[in-house]
Order: sequence, then C-alpha cells, then structure tokens
Amino acid sequence: MAYLELNHIEKYFRDHRAIKGIDLAIEKGEFVVFVGPSGCGKSTLLRLIAGLETIDGGSLHLDGRDITSLPSSKRDLAMVFQSYALYPHMSVFENMSFALKLAGVDPAVIRQKVDRAAAILDLGRYLERTPKELSGGQRQRVAIGRAIVRDPKVFLFDEPLSNLDAALRVQTRIEIAKLHRELGATTIYVTHDQVEAMTMADRVVVLRDGQIEQHGAPLELYDRPANRFVAQFIGTPSMNVVPAKDLPQLAGNVLPSDGFVGIRPEHVRLDTGGADTVPDGVPATVDMIESLGVETLVYARLDNDVRLVARGSERTRLHPGDRTRVGFDLGAVHHFDRQGNTYAAGSLGAR
Amino acid sequence: MNKQTILPIASADARPAVRGGARHARAGMSRRTALRIRTAAAWFFALLLFFPILWLGMTAFKTEAQAISTPPLFIFEPTLQSFRDVIARGGYGGFALNSLLTSVLSTILGLVIAFPAAYSMVFFPTRGTLGLLKFFLASRYMPGVGALMPIYVCYQYFGLLDSRAGLIVMFMLMNLPIMVWLLYTNLRELPREILEAARMDGATLADEFRHIVLPLSVGGIASTGLVCMVWAWNESFWSLNLSSANAGTLAWLIASYSSPEGLFWAKLSAASLMAIAPIMALGWFCQKQLVQGMTFGAVK
Repeated sequence: MAYLELNHIEKYFRDHRAIKGIDLAIEKGEFVVFVGPSGCGKSTLLRLIAGLETIDGGSLHLDGRDITSLPSSKRDLAMVFQSYALYPHMSVFENMSFALKLAGVDPAVIRQKVDRAAAILDLGRYLERTPKELSGGQRQRVAIGRAIVRDPKVFLFDEPLSNLDAALRVQTRIEIAKLHRELGATTIYVTHDQVEAMTMADRVVVLRDGQIEQHGAPLELYDRPANRFVAQFIGTPSMNVVPAKDLPQLAGNVLPSDGFVGIRPEHVRLDTGGADTVPDGVPATVDMIESLGVETLVYARLDNDVRLVARGSERTRLHPGDRTRVGFDLGAVHHFDRQGNTYAAGSLGAR
Repeated sequence: MNKQTILPIASADARPAVRGGARHARAGMSRRTALRIRTAAAWFFALLLFFPILWLGMTAFKTEAQAISTPPLFIFEPTLQSFRDVIARGGYGGFALNSLLTSVLSTILGLVIAFPAAYSMVFFPTRGTLGLLKFFLASRYMPGVGALMPIYVCYQYFGLLDSRAGLIVMFMLMNLPIMVWLLYTNLRELPREILEAARMDGATLADEFRHIVLPLSVGGIASTGLVCMVWAWNESFWSLNLSSANAGTLAWLIASYSSPEGLFWAKLSAASLMAIAPIMALGWFCQKQLVQGMTFGAVK
C-alpha cells in the first residue's frame, strides 16, 4: 500500500460533483504537484486530504491508517495557506510553536525545534516580531516554518507563492524545492502555474473538472501528453494544435481526417531567408514577433488561416507582415483523435 | 458630531470656489470666505446639537429661582446648592450602584450568551442562520410597551419586580439581539484560513476558541460590551416600570424629581448631570479603545 492513498474520492457541493472519484497513490518522500486551471478542483482535493472539507465518497489512507473521516487536528498533516494564515496576535516564535504547545511538548524541545526551523529559514532574528512587522516573503517563510517544526507526515501547500511578487516567487520556489530535498518530506503542492509544477515536482497531477487528466514526471507529461488538454496546458507558449485536415502534411496517413495534430513551438521552423531555409515549407505570413532575448516567439498565419507559434533560440530577421515558409520536425508531431485523446497504437501516454 | 455637520456644507460650498479657480486672486478670496462660512456653520450646528446638554449643565448650577426666570439667565453666579440638595436627599449612591451593577452585569451575562451564539452562526451556519438573525433584528422593532403587560405579570409571579436581578435579566434580553449582531459582524471579519490553520496545527474546537477566536475578538467584544453597557445605563423604560426605590437606577432618581412634590428644574438638572456624567466619562476615555477595537481585526 502506498503512503498516502486516495480511493475513489468524491466531493459534492450541493448538486455539483466537484471531485469525481479520484484515485491516486503517493509514495513516501514524493513531491507531488496538483496543477490545473481554476475551478478544476485542485484546491478542493487538497482540502479534502487536509480534512478541511468532508469527503462524500471513497476513502483516504495515510501510512496504513484510514483517515477518511478523521478531523484535521488528528491527521498529522501540516498546511501552508495562500494567505499564510499566520496568527496575527502571536509572535513568530508563538506562531511556529503553537502546534507543539497544543501537543504538550516540553518547552525546551519546542525551543530547540523552533530554533532549528528558524535557522533553516533564516528567521532567527525575527522570532519576537509579530506577523504585522514582517514582509510578505518573511511571512511566507514563517508559514513554512510553522509546518516544518511539526515534522508532519505530509506537507500540504495551497498556492503558497501567488501572493509574492515575481522575483520573490522564483526565489521561494527554489527554496521550497531545496527544502524538500533536504527534509525529504512527502509534499503535495497545489498551483495553477505550470512552471511551478514542472520545476518542483517529482510527479505532476493534471486536473480538470474534478478528474485527473494525467499524472507523471514533468518531462513525461511534456513529451507524451495523454490528451490534447494536457498537451496544451503544459508548456508555454502552448502546443500548436490544429485540425488534421488543415495540416495534412503532419497528419500522415494514420490519423483520421477528423483528428488533430499538435506540435510544440520549438519544433516549428521558419524560413528567415538567411541560414535557416525551409525550402519545402508551407507558405505563411508573420503576424507578430515577441523577442524575449534568450528566445524569440514568432506568430505566423498560414495561407489557409491556420495560426502557429514558433519558438527559436536565435534572434530573427523577420518582421510582422513578412512572407516566410514554415517547416516542422515531423518526428515531434503529436496526434489526437476527435475526442482529443492521444492517437497511436501503443501510445505511451495511454490513460 | 462636528464632522458630520461640517461635511455636507463643505462639499456644497467648495464647488463654486473651485469653479472660480481661473481667476486666482478672486478664487483665493472666495475660498477664504467659504472656509469662514463653513467654520461658522459648523460651530452653529455643533452648538445647536450641544445646546440641550449645555442648558442642562447651566441649570444645574443655578438656584431654583434662577432656573425658572424669564428671560432665561445666561450670566449668573454658579452655585452647588442643587447638587447638595440632591445628595442631602440621599439615595444617589444607591441608585448609582444599581445603575452600575445592572449595566455591567447585564452586559457580561449578555456577552457570555451572545458570543458563542455569534461564533456558531459565523463558523457553523445552517440554512436558518440568516433568517434567525433577521428575526433577532425584527424583535428590536417591537415597542417595549407592547410586551410590558406579560413581562410585568411574569416578574410579579417570579418575584423579580424591583429587584436588581430582574433588571439585569431585562437589560440583557433587551440588548441580546443587537449583541449577537455586533459580534456576528465582528467575527465574520476573522479570516477563515486562520482557524483552518489552527485546526491543521492540531487545535480542537475548544483550543481554537480559546487561543485564536477569543484573543482576536477582544476588540470586538470590548466595543460591543461598551455600547451595550451605555444602552443599559441609559435605559429608562424598563427601570421605571419594573423597579422602584429598591432596585431603581439613576433614571428612576431623575424621574423622581418630577413628582407630586413639584418640578424642580435646578435639582432635576443636577441629578441628570450626575446620572449621565459617569457614562459620558467612560465613553470619552474609551474612544481610543473603541477605535482600536474596530481596527484590531485587520490582518493584512
């Protein structure tokens, strides 16, 4: 049996079936990220595991124990909230030691554990301050510290970075990933940001509409998406997906004409008239160019009005309105059937 | 009070001044004039509103003859005679003690009942919660006199007439609906995630209440308690009808000066001033706490 096991978990909000029978097994020490668009049920699923919402069907086992209907306080999980949810009337030390105090731990041991966590998170100087006197990033670290001192069975993170500014978000993301490597704690992390998912996770669980679309290692999802949704959700800019009949050159002779073909922007090549020539490419017009320095995104429109994005690491000589030719790395093409599932006999991303 | 009267006048007057901004000299002039008019108007309305209290205060320091003279006297030699008379007649201490005990104890009792009620309504609402709250509010619309008869009979039956316990229960019941409302709105400001965090930290319902909800609600409880204490102190209808010389509050003392013996303006004013002074002082000193109470819940 896995460390944390979800069996057919169901959740209803009145008549709305928010979580639709989710099965998932999480191993000890794993860093699992729930990712999906807003309203997909990722936060609800986390709250069900936390015990902050009641489970309406199925069962939840942690370390061999059935915790399906146990109150949050008895589950031995720690959670870091989006709003940090620090206790405003307590000092940083009191915030971090609250759980241990409730558990009746010896004050000397509490002191030692809090000091250790504070050292890890560089909070040593702030222990006597109240949350009000801290910056957003420091509050975030206190919230994480509050979870660390408890040494819980599983860490739960609910979009912990979304209140931080961009620079701090990247920094904290790296710190959390590092922390996980050092502590080796089982972690479930919820985010809507697929970059966070890709960079931090051992395993990414893509959710949509209360169901798991696919789960697997980040690059597995990137290279072998199970369906069109995952293919387009993972990766920025998203994969180009067009009806097969509009790009017959990519469809080959296996895909029915009502299917779809997909190709990642980095596998789309443009003829710039210089060294990059695509003599056999499809004629197209450049719509827009985004130069990001390290890479260049070119938005092009084929003559049959199909729109594509190309990503190149070189700077381009093209300008909006220029005529060009578009070529494709045929080995990197994804095929989807009419329903959007990955199409191919023995497909690796099978559901 | 001042601010409320200044605001509408300020906005009405400021407009022409701004419109004339093209011609600087005249604009500056009219702005200064506008400010003067506004200040004068503010003082006028403030004095108008304050006048009854001022008059009460002045009358309290007059002799009975001065108090009823026409035209009214504005300049006179103040005397403490009326206060001496009120104290000499005795009873002030007893009535004041009754006022203090009934207002404080009814407020404490009310908070003990209202706080858990508001807590459960905020954090464990049912389908009926909002309806119940509206019903609470509706009960305040009923005139007290409508319920006087049955309550009087009940009090008589249980021997609560003219007893402090009776008044405490009455004041508590009178303020209870509004107490639940005030605490309800206050508790609703408490971020839910903080309670969830406590639950994740292993807090039971009792821990959560004791370590999180209560300390974070101190401001709200204090301001609710203060308001209800003032209301109970100022209450006159129930104390006049349900009590007399034994449990009567200061309202009863004031009323006793317009009795068969005749109407003694100066003594009535002195007694009134002595009745309202403590609660006004309390309100004055607690202003800061009240404001702090309102902003304490702000987390972010």
